[in-house]
Amino acid sequence: MPANTAGLVSKAFAVFAKDIRLELRTKYAFNTIVMFGVTTLAIVSFSLGQSGLPTKLLAALFWIIMFFSATAALAQVFIREEEAGTALALKLTADPNAVYLGKLFFNLTLLSLLTAIITPLFFILTDAPTGSLGLFILMLLLGVVGLCGATTLVAAIISKAAVKGTLFAVLSFPILILPLTMLVTATDKALSGEPIGAIAAPVQGLIAYAVVMITASLLLFRFVWRE
Amino acid sequence: MFTLTAENLGKRFGERKVFADISFELSTGDSLAITGPNGSGKSTLLMLLLGYHHATRGEVHFREEDLPMSESRIRACASLVSPYLNLYDHLTGEENLTFFATVAGGHVAGKRIDELLRMVGLEGRGVDMVGAYSSGMKQRLKYAAALLNDPAFLFLDEPTSNLDDRGKDIVASIVEEYRRKAIVIVATNEEGEVSFARQHCRLGQ
Repeated sequence: MPANTAGLVSKAFAVFAKDIRLELRTKYAFNTIVMFGVTTLAIVSFSLGQSGLPTKLLAALFWIIMFFSATAALAQVFIREEEAGTALALKLTADPNAVYLGKLFFNLTLLSLLTAIITPLFFILTDAPTGSLGLFILMLLLGVVGLCGATTLVAAIISKAAVKGTLFAVLSFPILILPLTMLVTATDKALSGEPIGAIAAPVQGLIAYAVVMITASLLLFRFVWRE
Repeated sequence: MFTLTAENLGKRFGERKVFADISFELSTGDSLAITGPNGSGKSTLLMLLLGYHHATRGEVHFREEDLPMSESRIRACASLVSPYLNLYDHLTGEENLTFFATVAGGHVAGKRIDELLRMVGLEGRGVDMVGAYSSGMKQRLKYAAALLNDPAFLFLDEPTSNLDDRGKDIVASIVEEYRRKAIVIVATNEEGEVSFARQHCRLGQ
């Protein structure tokens, strides 16, 4: 591994490890995201009843819960740096790419933990068919990467705004419509037990979306971060 | 040899002019005190020199051995102590220093961290959470963090704010050492701190 890349990886890991340590001590973002996700899932499942719901509706409900849980907590990774006044120290010392990657990995960890908690509850509370479980898990992975790839840069943009929560949802919504639509379509088919050939197009689209969003974010982040 | 050149710097916030036509050239071993009334733009000028505000007019150049320095090289060689710069309350003093040393690309040994904590009078307190520190102790820890990379450019904004007499003596000895081997720029309104520097730039005139 070239020295520059190795240096970037170790710096990004330092940012990630610092955020994990802060989160373990404060549990602010984790409690927010889990409470929001579990509460929403419980309300939705109790309201709609347990059986006979079409897989298309179940898939849509699942990703709506994931989207709003993400908007409730993923922005915290930058907001708390600004509110605590620590962003300046980080800007002065750290490579912007290391900051972005560290924050991205933190959000990926946070959303993966939420997914690990929400998914079994989703199957229990809604009695959703397991269908093609492997494909469903693939959709979860692509969804988590896509949501985090798009929202981490938005989180940095809104961290200095006065109406952070609202602005985060408003700015995230248009860029997440496309992957959410693909995720709902592919998850519906995965829950119905269709083969991988039936969801090849949305899978390719989601991979391309994640690559484009993360690459564009890496290129643009330094301009957002320095302002 | 490092140099820092400011050429005709000017800054406006909307219609309000903060300052205009600020020029100076500093080399290693030079020190500059920036003074002026409240709102005259002292902190703004420091942030502008560090590249965190855009100048409305003029340019800033960092050079090492007469060659322009890259953004990452400037980051590695410049440090700031300021009331606007906070460290992490939910990390210990030692964890803060280790974190900032790592993201800056250095591999600072525990011995160096102990040495810095002793230098700023925080020996034995490095394992405490920064949130439990007094404002003066936090200010001392900022100096330890700023000196981690042995900076070639040391920017100090209100350098002795929140410090007791012993803390002020520690800052005076740090400035005395660094104004010989680095470029030191101090933004202040305290008469005693103006004497930290050999050159003087007054804003708001």
